[in-house]
Amino acid sequence: MSNLASKVLKGDPMSIARLISLAENNSSELADEMRVIHKHSGKAYVVGVTGVMGSGKSTLICELARAYRKHGKKVGIVAIDPTSPFSGGALLGDRVRMTDLTMDEGVFIRSMGTRGMLGGLASAVYDAVEILDASGKDVVIIETVGVGQAEVDVVKIADTTLVVLVPGLGDSIQMIKAGIMEIADIFVVNKADRPGIEQITAELESLIDMSCIGKDRKIPVVKTTAKENKGVTELVDEIEKHGLYLKKTKVFEVQRRKRYEAELIEIIRKRLMNFIFDESTFKEKVESMIDQISRKELDPYTAADEILGKILK
Amino acid sequence: MEKKIRVLVAKPGLDGHDRGAKIVARALRDAGMEVIYTGLHQTADMIVETAVQEDVDVIGLSLLSGAHMTLFRDVTKLLKEKGMGDVLVVGGGIIPKDDVPALKKAGIAGCFGPGTTCEEIVEFIKKNVKK
Repeated sequence: MSNLASKVLKGDPMSIARLISLAENNSSELADEMRVIHKHSGKAYVVGVTGVMGSGKSTLICELARAYRKHGKKVGIVAIDPTSPFSGGALLGDRVRMTDLTMDEGVFIRSMGTRGMLGGLASAVYDAVEILDASGKDVVIIETVGVGQAEVDVVKIADTTLVVLVPGLGDSIQMIKAGIMEIADIFVVNKADRPGIEQITAELESLIDMSCIGKDRKIPVVKTTAKENKGVTELVDEIEKHGLYLKKTKVFEVQRRKRYEAELIEIIRKRLMNFIFDESTFKEKVESMIDQISRKELDPYTAADEILGKILK
Repeated sequence: MEKKIRVLVAKPGLDGHDRGAKIVARALRDAGMEVIYTGLHQTADMIVETAVQEDVDVIGLSLLSGAHMTLFRDVTKLLKEKGMGDVLVVGGGIIPKDDVPALKKAGIAGCFGPGTTCEEIVEFIKKNVKK
């Protein structure tokens, strides 16, 4: 067995960190390690936390992690923030709200930049979740970037998805739009000490009444004030209940299968893109095609056919 | 894919002045680096533990309270103990010139006092980071 993966299985923090870096950098050494990791993963419960920026996701996750720690569970956290499309740099600031967890050996936190991925996640998040899972974490919490309306990829990887809202976000029309409002397994209304809490809760309840007709599970709404650790116990209970529901209805296996499907597609996409854009001879060809497209000597569809033809032949 | 430089910007000690740290963090971000910011009041243990989990290449310490001789050296000492001596450590804040040689000897590769431009810091990191 490879050295790094075997240390990850023993829970060694430095090895976990290094392996996640290999995943982020798409290293050639990654595949051999992940072969080992995959066999030992699948035990951790994965909670996705999404919501608009400033809704208190990081603070809420800190409190959730503390609650799980009280139950003796080990926790892994992957906190994603956006990478600049201009500089390629990123400011990863989620840890600022989680400093209480830093010295707890039962918690491992990793910050991640999106590095060009849309959808609210980072490309390496699938690997990171498997790595933390195999390292013995009982719960893995994923924090998406602060989302708008359409970044919903977290559902592909989480067992339970929390959508975090705050009072004052908008009226009932916002509530019935497609996208993020459709992905919640549990709605969390954070900053519940603020004015407008009754209105947003009522609007959510009416949304849920409409969307849950004929379904055997009603989406719960949990009010929290994460900063004061209020409502967190109720939230942990609701996550637990949802987990039991998934297992009872066998939806759990269906969702897990979907995760592996998404992961497989992501690996193929990454390899294909690297092949097209990173391999030097190919890169030149692509660059010259872009020039031709700009000069109207070539159209993008013909160019795409030509690029794909070279790979698929 | 090109490997990105990961930098931990940390505020050890008790002073609450993080404007400088934030400006530097932003400049490093604009230079294409991934910057993890810890927030205020970090102990040396917390900084090194964070550096482990985040697998950073660089640690930037910002301190304005005058306790740099103790706290900066605590960080490099702990890093060595953890086998992370290859992480580049730089420091900024109010650091008297007379203190710089001792800090360098303790493993603080670069000291950046008032008047330093962000470009200097970016350049120093790019030149000295171990890849």
